[in-house]
Amino acid sequence: MDFDWSVIWQALPELLKGARLTVLIALAGLAGGLVIGAAAGLARAYGNAVLNAIAFIYVELIRGTPIIVQVMFIYFALPILANVRINPLAAAIMAIIINAGAYIAEIVRGSFLSVHRGLREAGLALGLPFWKVLFYIIGPLAFRRMIPALGNQFIVSLKDTSLFIVIGVGELTRQGQEIMAANFRAVEIWSAVAMFYLIMTGALTLILRLTEKRMRIL
Amino acid sequence: MSIVEFRKVTKRFGQVTILDQVDLSIEPGEKVVLIGPSGSGKSTLLRCINALEEINGGDLVVDGISVKSSGRMVRMIRQEAGMVFQQFNLFPQMTALENVAFGPRRVRHEPRQEARKQALEMLAKVGLADRAHHYPSELSGGQQQRVAIARALAVKPKLMLFDEPTSALDPELRHEVLRVMQALAEEGMTMIVVTHEMAFARKVGTRLIFMEGGKIAVDGEPRELLANPQNPRLKEFLQHVA
Repeated sequence: MDFDWSVIWQALPELLKGARLTVLIALAGLAGGLVIGAAAGLARAYGNAVLNAIAFIYVELIRGTPIIVQVMFIYFALPILANVRINPLAAAIMAIIINAGAYIAEIVRGSFLSVHRGLREAGLALGLPFWKVLFYIIGPLAFRRMIPALGNQFIVSLKDTSLFIVIGVGELTRQGQEIMAANFRAVEIWSAVAMFYLIMTGALTLILRLTEKRMRIL
Repeated sequence: MSIVEFRKVTKRFGQVTILDQVDLSIEPGEKVVLIGPSGSGKSTLLRCINALEEINGGDLVVDGISVKSSGRMVRMIRQEAGMVFQQFNLFPQMTALENVAFGPRRVRHEPRQEARKQALEMLAKVGLADRAHHYPSELSGGQQQRVAIARALAVKPKLMLFDEPTSALDPELRHEVLRVMQALAEEGMTMIVVTHEMAFARKVGTRLIFMEGGKIAVDGEPRELLANPQNPRLKEFLQHVA
């Protein structure tokens, strides 16, 4: 067969539109996931029994079910249960937030707990409240240790957005699918889609490497 | 008024009693040296004073505040009782200067410039003004421990607690830390020191406490006790450490 570059050229505007949506879902989802994950992770590491239990159940619930079931639930079941209308984009972002949040919670918990307890004691012994010890002393050290694992999670979540094809969000994979359905150029289109993902994950890797380089892991 | 007062203090870890109804009063200006075999409760006793360990029975009053009061009051105790750890526990992401300025800045809420100025003074005091911009990983053990002493002093405590400050150091680095501690004692600082440095106890200590099995077994004048120990267990212990 002939690899027809013009097919890609023609599909480019649509694919770019899809890629933009993919980036939007991933960024918004991961930003939210970081907030939820930090809260749940700290609750697991330092919270009282109630907070710890809530965070534990959340993490287990999400880690124990496939993301595709989660987004189906948000998009199809939640409107029936809660009587609200949810558009596909919002459902997609929400799915990434709660899904990434659960995994990030474990990353946050692990890295905070890995910081030597003597540093916590040293902070407390100066007369600081515990939250300030976490914020000024443990947090900055834990953050450095999180970077490799967070990088992994960012890349996984970015690629997970391709599953939202099932609720009809016009992200990159969905765009590829639609173009392919019209012109039947599977080789060109799926190669181009793959390239787009590689560029996005490559950019993420680069950003993380630079961050890691600037912050020595201590 | 005593600066530290133990009243029948009991501390347990699970089923094990570490401190058994300890009574002890320490007056301002005293330099108390705590010795004893491992597991005798000396470190725990020290860590109860700034509430790093919670007591299970009795009461412990530091500078007029009970360690059993609210979190805010406990933080007041900690600001008055500086602590130096065996493993230094310097904040590795901060330079020596930032470590020392941290207390004035975040605990005493001094402006940044003022905190920095005080930190430099403290570093000069422990002989490390020229190492201000080094990270802990770039300093020797002895230098790290001196920075840790400066960090504790920078909060302007009334009392200093030392938990085996030289045990993690090579022999040739110990004297630089002990010299700083001696200078501090000569300024009149109230000090409670858990250590195995008998020469330090003799030279600097005004009071020697020998602990055994969670109780204070011997309490007296260091020179006298070290020269002529009456308690057979203390005698045996001194033979092992000397």
